[in-house]
Amino acid sequence: MSDAKLTAVEAPPARWGLLAEFESVEKLLAAAEAVRKAGYTKFDAHSPIPVHGLDEAMGIRPTRLPLVVLLGGAAGCAGGLLLQWWTNAVDYPFMISGKPLFGLPAAIPVVFESTVLLAALGAVGGLFVANGWPQLFHPVLRSERFRAATDDTFFISIEAADPRFEDGATRALLESLGSRAVEEVER
Amino acid sequence: MDTQLPDIFQEKRLLGEAGDTFWRRALAVGLIALAASVALGFAAGDHGRSFFFAYAVSFAYVLSLSLGALFFVVLQHLTRAGWSVVVRRVAEGVAATLPVLALLFVPILIGLHQLYHWSHAEAVAADHLLHGKSPYLNVPFFVVRWVLYAVTWGLTVRAFVGRSLAQDASGAPELSLEMQKRAAPAMLLFGLTLTFASIDLLMSLDAHWFSTIFGVYFFAGSVVGFFALLAVLMLMLQRAGYLRHAVTVEHYHDIGKLLFAFIVFWAYIGFSQYMLYWYANIPEETGWFLRRQTNGWGWVSLLLLFGHFVLPFVALLSRAPKRNRKVLGAVAAWMLVVHWVDLYWIALPELRPQDPLPHLVDLTTAVGLVGVWLASAAFIMRKRSLVAERDPRLAESLGFENA
Repeated sequence: MSDAKLTAVEAPPARWGLLAEFESVEKLLAAAEAVRKAGYTKFDAHSPIPVHGLDEAMGIRPTRLPLVVLLGGAAGCAGGLLLQWWTNAVDYPFMISGKPLFGLPAAIPVVFESTVLLAALGAVGGLFVANGWPQLFHPVLRSERFRAATDDTFFISIEAADPRFEDGATRALLESLGSRAVEEVER
Repeated sequence: MDTQLPDIFQEKRLLGEAGDTFWRRALAVGLIALAASVALGFAAGDHGRSFFFAYAVSFAYVLSLSLGALFFVVLQHLTRAGWSVVVRRVAEGVAATLPVLALLFVPILIGLHQLYHWSHAEAVAADHLLHGKSPYLNVPFFVVRWVLYAVTWGLTVRAFVGRSLAQDASGAPELSLEMQKRAAPAMLLFGLTLTFASIDLLMSLDAHWFSTIFGVYFFAGSVVGFFALLAVLMLMLQRAGYLRHAVTVEHYHDIGKLLFAFIVFWAYIGFSQYMLYWYANIPEETGWFLRRQTNGWGWVSLLLLFGHFVLPFVALLSRAPKRNRKVLGAVAAWMLVVHWVDLYWIALPELRPQDPLPHLVDLTTAVGLVGVWLASAAFIMRKRSLVAERDPRLAESLGFENA
């Protein structure tokens, strides 16, 4: 057994941040706004239901996902056209019932499908990536209390990595905002 | 979160004197324009053909908008929709004009021989194809069918608009449940009557043609036209001070989404019809499209492709324009114009295959029928609330927000 290994085991567990529990949507919204105004950037809100106005309260900028979907759709449209033009008119020209080798009306159904396919893949893939995929575990899941986040309780978590994070001050802020309980979350 | 909902009873929601002034003026303009159209029709010296074709186009236009409104009203009950309660009454007012349209249908009956080749016995006797279609396309059965359509639409209006108005007085939530129960059979009847009505009124102008998707094409255009109309009407009513707080950008956003969706659906159906004919290339089917691709009519076809699909598709694609009253209003007003062009493109090549430009009589008839039709809508609504003010889902609609 080497010394290095022993020290590693005995080192205090790294702290991830603080998790504060709130009992109502109103308190969550007020707290999210106060946390944003206090200058925090690495914080998140957790709710069992969609909350209107939460994005604005947290200061989340509008998603760029539509742009990803648009680019996916444009790529699918161009790709579908190119594929059919190349296969039908260039690589393996084959005359069928007197139609042009590359007739636009005949190409539209495939173009439509490939546009929809890549736009949809852009939406789903972009959604996963924007939400931090491939993240299989989140530190707040260690908390026993956090199980209620899928039931009737609302949470705000602030990461210790936030430049504004200070041990006592951050906890005091969350408590002053009406949190029922503030607990530390390990990494 | 500001959970304070606007109080519907504080809103300006009765048309009042402004409504009286409006319907009188619209009726006067409409009747003068219709009289001018008749005069222009006589002056044309073609036995009234250009007048009756112009009348058929613009009658199909107002009919399609009223049927689109009827579809919307029934759909809201079928899907138990909550968001739409604040705009549903205006749609009910548009749908309630259907009995008036039954009267406005009479000139079509008068012009039957001018409009429909199949109504001439000697033409049917000499034409094998028309003879084969004559068990359906004959004058008595045509009249019987239109009586059936009128009765069906009249009963649907009574079942839904009537109950909605009764709810204003009683506030009884059971009325909503009754309408929900009737929504599914009403929707089935609506689909059947709209399909056959569009075949009778427009498709049979070329009785030699075959299309199994024509009813859906007419339906798609009707619903596009209706959502455009709903957006324009709500914007104009709000500008005049009605329902200022009840209807919000969230409702416009939803109307915009539905308008966008049906614009895409219209293009999808229109292309589905075109592609199969292009591919199969059978003369009895392609003739209809040939007339719409030659002698300048090809430009009208391209105007529809770009004006009725590409342009509004790009304009309404993202979220922001649907939430911008000016942009949505401009696109909606444009769609109301191109929807008329769509119907003109369906009918007029059968009369003037060499001449795609509209004649004066086409425009005066459009003004005339739209005037009379809007006047009847305003007349019907003149003493009624512009919002279903005691609908059990009103609060849901007032507080509606898009996620």
